[in-house]
Amino acid sequence: MLDNKDFSAWLSRLSDSHDIYGPKKTRKGMLEWARLEGGQLPDPEPGVPKSSIKTFYFPQPETLFEFSARPKKEDAFRLHEPSRHQNPRLLIGVRPCDARSVVLNSMPYQEDPYFQENRRNTFLLGYACSQGCSTCFCTWTGGSPVGQDGLDILAFLLEDGLVLEPVTERGEELLEKAGSARDLTRAQEQKVDEIRQKAPASLPEEMEPAPRLREKELMALYDAPFWQELSDSCINCGTCTFLCPTCYCFDIQDETLRGRGRRIRYWDSCMFPLFTLHASGHNPRGEKIKRVRNRFMHKLKYFPDRFGPLSCVGCGRCVRDCPVNIDIRQVMKELLAI
Amino acid sequence: MNPYLPYPARIDDIVVETEDGSLKTFRLVLEKDRDREAWTHVPGQFAMLSIAGKGEIPIGIASSPTEKGHLLFTVNRAGVVTTALHKMDVGDPIGVRGPLGNGFPIDSELKGKNIVIIAGGFAFTTLRATLIYMLENRADYGNITVVYGARTPGMLLYKEELDAWQRRDDLDVHITVDREAPGWTGLVGFVPTIAGQVKPSPENAAALICGPPIMIKFTMPPLEEVGWTDDQVYLSLENRMKCGLGVCGHCNVGPVYVCKDGPVFTRAQVQKLPIEF
Repeated sequence: MLDNKDFSAWLSRLSDSHDIYGPKKTRKGMLEWARLEGGQLPDPEPGVPKSSIKTFYFPQPETLFEFSARPKKEDAFRLHEPSRHQNPRLLIGVRPCDARSVVLNSMPYQEDPYFQENRRNTFLLGYACSQGCSTCFCTWTGGSPVGQDGLDILAFLLEDGLVLEPVTERGEELLEKAGSARDLTRAQEQKVDEIRQKAPASLPEEMEPAPRLREKELMALYDAPFWQELSDSCINCGTCTFLCPTCYCFDIQDETLRGRGRRIRYWDSCMFPLFTLHASGHNPRGEKIKRVRNRFMHKLKYFPDRFGPLSCVGCGRCVRDCPVNIDIRQVMKELLAI
Repeated sequence: MNPYLPYPARIDDIVVETEDGSLKTFRLVLEKDRDREAWTHVPGQFAMLSIAGKGEIPIGIASSPTEKGHLLFTVNRAGVVTTALHKMDVGDPIGVRGPLGNGFPIDSELKGKNIVIIAGGFAFTTLRATLIYMLENRADYGNITVVYGARTPGMLLYKEELDAWQRRDDLDVHITVDREAPGWTGLVGFVPTIAGQVKPSPENAAALICGPPIMIKFTMPPLEEVGWTDDQVYLSLENRMKCGLGVCGHCNVGPVYVCKDGPVFTRAQVQKLPIEF
């Protein structure tokens, strides 16, 4: 148990060696990731920040290689890896759904040196959710509002401070530097237990779609009429894919300016027709219905087939910000109902 | 090992393959001895050709692993990177990332079988690699039949090799063009028609078919008529790709990634996939 003053002092000491980020309210009242300095604390607002933490693992954009674009130079147009000198990063106030997304994305990115280096370099101090929001559904996807997956330290927020539980070895090492932790009082212990028990129950009814979707022969539903109805309203804006913590598709492009070049990768979206366009002009997913279906099938069928869990953590960002109110919870229900 | 980093290479030779200049074969040599020695691939695999400042493109490897010291890529001028490549000269720097994908099962399912290669247009490239490999290991395969067609005589690839193959007695080669052309004394007719006339036996056989989708569609009925089944037929799919490693998400056809699970699939496998290629 750390009171807020000691927590702040600890962060302040850590900020000498770590870049610290956490959710802060913007002037417009939106919760967003911000750099925390001098022992600043994140705002303990319920729910997830506007954007997911994938930006820390999968930056927008990431420089894969650099090269000289001066033809007369000896190493002209030869790619080399950029030098990366980065302080370790500590993210505070990460919600368990976001933390779990890092574990899921790590599966396809197993061999990806950039993602894995960012993962090694980023420490996560999570805040357990004491209750669900109207848009979130982590328990449907195999997560929990008090889950530990992906976190180094899990914190329970109490009125007079936080209870910090190490999850990983490196989280424990970090906590050792916190010092001045006080033993929990009986009332505080009870409060933590209460959050553990009540938080999952505050989410929408437990329908456990993950195992049920796994049992269902989803490919047989590929031509179900419901996809047409669903995609009719979609405007292919890509908001869902950019906000989604588990959407990890990317494009690679080269750019040159004044004799210097770099190969970058940045977020791409299967909602865009260009995503699959061949140089010949042929487009295998040229129609909107195919793109909408691909996004949901990837999350609910293709990814689970390959790796096990659904490619969704139930953070609800896509539900919260879709301009035409497409709701993945509804999609799961419909798929299970057919 | 950074899987996104191409091997540095140089263009060693360029051959203009077709009369319209749209297809060129680039002979590439990996610059570092250790890369050259370590390189190994299976016919049917592809690689990313990397031009710094322009980008990368997935291209089938047209040379056989038995052709040591260099790699061949026959490239159609179509987009940004291929257009830049077509403007490059011998000696220019380039990168090669690969080999990627699975390739034809030359050492497993195809071994000991009669082989039927059917190709249309510039889809012949990885089948050239396969054929060269099989000719180098001739005793491992039964009869080899080749049906290859292009729109015109001037659009046929690898003309000198075609002539040499036609003269071999351990190879049954049928070269065709779509229409009569001045000076052309060979077969005339679309690939499916010629394949129907050749009537290859499905007995202990496998067919490798590469070409435009419409050609593949019309080639199947005459084969099915003489008893071929979908699990004997190997196809190679193409899709837009960025990473070639099954990560970036561009090339999936339903549950499979063309880059990692393919590009070679049996027709039986392809029939189960949604039509997203």
